[in-house]
Amino acid sequence: MSTVKLTINGKAVTAEVEDRTLLVHLLRDQLGLTGTHVGCDTSQCGACVVHIDGRAVKSCTTLAVQASGATVTTIEGIAKGDELHPMQAAFRDNHGLQCGYCTPGMIMSAIDIVHRYGGNLDEDTVRAELEGNICRCTGYHNIVKSVLDAAGRMKVAAAAE
Amino acid sequence: MSVEGIGASVVRKEDKRFITGKGRYVDDVRIHGMTYAAFVRSPHAHAKVKRIDPSEALKMPGVVAVLNGQQLADDKVGNLICGWMIHSKDGSPMKMGAWPAMAPETVRFVGQAVAVVLAESRNQARDAADAVVVDYEELPVVADVRAAIAPGAPQLHPEAPGNIIYDWVIGDEAATDAAIKSAAHLVSIDLINNRLVPNAMEPRAAVADYDAAEDHYTLYTTSQNPHVARLVLSAFYNIAPEHKLRVIAPDVGGGFGSKIYIYPEEMVALWASKKIQRPVKWTADRTESFLTDAHGRDHITHAQMAFDKDHKIVGLKVKTHANLGAYMSLFSSSVPTYLYATLLSGQYVIPNIHAEVISVYTNTTPVDAYRGAGRPEASFLVERLMETAARQLKVNPAELRRKNFITQFPYQTPVIMAYDVGDFNASLDAAKKAIDYDGFPARKAKAKQEGKLRGIGLSCYIEACGIAPSKAVGSLGAGVGLWESAEVRVNPVGTIEILTGSHSHGQGHETTFAQVVADRLGISIGQVAIVHGDTDKVQFGMGTYGSRSGPVGLTAIVKAMEKVEAKAKKIAAHQLEASEGDIVIEDGQFKVAGTDKAIALPMVALAAYTAHNLPDGMEPGLKESAFYDPTNFTFPAGTHICEVEVDPNTGKTTFINFVAADDFGRMINPMIVEGQVHGGLAQGIGQALLEGTVYDDNGQLVTASFMDYTMPRADDLPSFNVSHTTTLCPGNPLGIKGCGEAGAIGSSAAVINAITDAIGNDNLVMPATPVRVWNAVHAKQAAE
Repeated sequence: MSTVKLTINGKAVTAEVEDRTLLVHLLRDQLGLTGTHVGCDTSQCGACVVHIDGRAVKSCTTLAVQASGATVTTIEGIAKGDELHPMQAAFRDNHGLQCGYCTPGMIMSAIDIVHRYGGNLDEDTVRAELEGNICRCTGYHNIVKSVLDAAGRMKVAAAAE
Repeated sequence: MSVEGIGASVVRKEDKRFITGKGRYVDDVRIHGMTYAAFVRSPHAHAKVKRIDPSEALKMPGVVAVLNGQQLADDKVGNLICGWMIHSKDGSPMKMGAWPAMAPETVRFVGQAVAVVLAESRNQARDAADAVVVDYEELPVVADVRAAIAPGAPQLHPEAPGNIIYDWVIGDEAATDAAIKSAAHLVSIDLINNRLVPNAMEPRAAVADYDAAEDHYTLYTTSQNPHVARLVLSAFYNIAPEHKLRVIAPDVGGGFGSKIYIYPEEMVALWASKKIQRPVKWTADRTESFLTDAHGRDHITHAQMAFDKDHKIVGLKVKTHANLGAYMSLFSSSVPTYLYATLLSGQYVIPNIHAEVISVYTNTTPVDAYRGAGRPEASFLVERLMETAARQLKVNPAELRRKNFITQFPYQTPVIMAYDVGDFNASLDAAKKAIDYDGFPARKAKAKQEGKLRGIGLSCYIEACGIAPSKAVGSLGAGVGLWESAEVRVNPVGTIEILTGSHSHGQGHETTFAQVVADRLGISIGQVAIVHGDTDKVQFGMGTYGSRSGPVGLTAIVKAMEKVEAKAKKIAAHQLEASEGDIVIEDGQFKVAGTDKAIALPMVALAAYTAHNLPDGMEPGLKESAFYDPTNFTFPAGTHICEVEVDPNTGKTTFINFVAADDFGRMINPMIVEGQVHGGLAQGIGQALLEGTVYDDNGQLVTASFMDYTMPRADDLPSFNVSHTTTLCPGNPLGIKGCGEAGAIGSSAAVINAITDAIGNDNLVMPATPVRVWNAVHAKQAAE
């Protein structure tokens, strides 16, 4: 067993975990943050994507102990109270989700994509960058629309700040 | 149309919880004292189970119990069943082999469970499952259909000699043979419809909780149809009588058919929960999903289509071998028969059709309905034939189809279905216009100058959904009725709860169903809550599959609403001292037509519940229910056209454009309908280009993870150009046809027709991977 100390969604967390415990299981099973999902176990589908120190990471392929000392943000931590993150709002407004299972990972990956590319996103780039996130419901059509829409909203929001 | 009513693209009410991580899926459920299950699964495709030794596993930390199939049999838990009886052409019933939830004696596919470990944690259960020692005696394996029906092939089930489940026929063979014999042109084709793995993103899961004090079970499960699960678990598997079993399907992360069935793991979780007197959770990992979720498709077909000298179709003869895997899954028998061969007329006048379907056991995962279920296989066959015929007859593929379109409705096909309405010319014209079909030759010539092979392919599909009239399917062998039920509860303050037997696992019922109710009453969708997925709340339901939630589930809600509205009008008339016939419902008010007298819905509801001043003899309350049994299938139809470019040097196919012009009748929420189309197209395109399920000769599933099975990614697909034409379905009051499967039904043929057009070689197997396309290009060049 090991002790991990991290900051999750702005709160300091200390937890005892087996050395082999994956970050996703720490989040889901021990901390009750069930918005982060497991879809494939082999790091292909991206349902488990969270941000570690601001970068998108697959939490099913990260040991909890590896994240010790880090700042972790999950899908539960991106809205400001009742105010949705622009990416969340864009997914809702563009019907970028159906069953919702891949959605948290999709949104977390998409935020990272927008951060990396800033306003220089086009459809082909979004499609290529979403390679690590699988959706079985939407055919990606509206997910791509959502990400492009959110990129614009995030630019406006950043300019306002 | 009001801003939130029928026809409005309202954003979804359910999205808030999904985008904020507050969805509640089965694996999110935690119950005090819960144990975790891990199954011990066969590594062999066919073997005798000689001995199961749990002794080492039982010594491991956290292990509560190890249970096996013999104990299951001793407790008289029933075998899994197939609920649709099919008879062979000789009149004999289908040959169903026994399928115990854990195999006590023989395993017949890799991944079949033989034992289960219950432990305090997920990891402890898995560790211990690895430590259970099972001695197997390997038996000879047949992993494909042709091997399974060859003389001397290993036999899977004593009940099914030659591994044949049934040899079923439909249509008039003599007339079809005569039409073929006298035909001016005959087009033959051999096709493989590749096996697919549904791969809903949420793996299957179950949480079972036995309450000894009440002798009552609760099951949280990933189901498209919780009441059907309860019915089957009670009536056939002897888990518990229905009033002692509550089945809850909370948020479910996609289904596509794979979550219709009641699988061994859910049964075992329930049984084990009583056995160990603790709650039990089981969640599949992805490889377990690949090995144990029912697969889809897997047909081998030879077909001939005959034309007269004017290029009118005179006959279609089809022989299909369908691989149903090692056991008969719940509705497996119906998929390659009544859901397939009844659609072989396509959009065309075909006076004579005959089909023979031979379903076969193999040492592979069971096969059942997957998005479209039989109809994609039919559509792929008919549309590959039409395209091939046009090429052989050297006529325009669109015009050959147009010449043979059914234009008079209702139209009785020779294979049971009676199409109620449609306008196939309209959808063909819309799709051609959307893709600039007439401009294609110029685009092809330009691409050729750049060294690329451009192709265009059509698919004019029709399907039958909104399943289904109970009496009709009963006469065809279905073990259940396929009606739907609904209950409308108007609360004393005027808010409304709709309890539906449909189940949403991504389809957006919480929004579209509320839109219909809001539209009828002139209220906001925020005043309407949709309740589904819990057998303790909803009176009954047959669930969601076969694109039935709109045409059947919503119609049941409309029927219950009509009763509620009739009673509410009586109350309003009484309160307003007006005649009941003069009451109209507008903007949430019950108004006396032509006057300014009105009473708001909440006041009517309150009057119903205070019961101080109701018409004489009226029961208090404002709540009604309905069961609705459809009178016919509905028949969505449309045209998909795909334009691709193939690089002859690499075999890579690139999408130039994909258009779908669909006729779904009335659309409640076009945004959601289009989302359904997008997803269906992706699955059909995935089948055509990417997804292949591969077994080796030993019956090992080679493609058992997302590393090996190619799921469509965002960069594999184009954006879609989706449009609609409309003929209202006359069979239900909303005019809805159902839209959930059409994308998957029509698109595969359009893609393969486009690629084969580009490369000039019709000999191309799905999935049309770059290496297959490259080989087909070069085989063509070598032949020249």
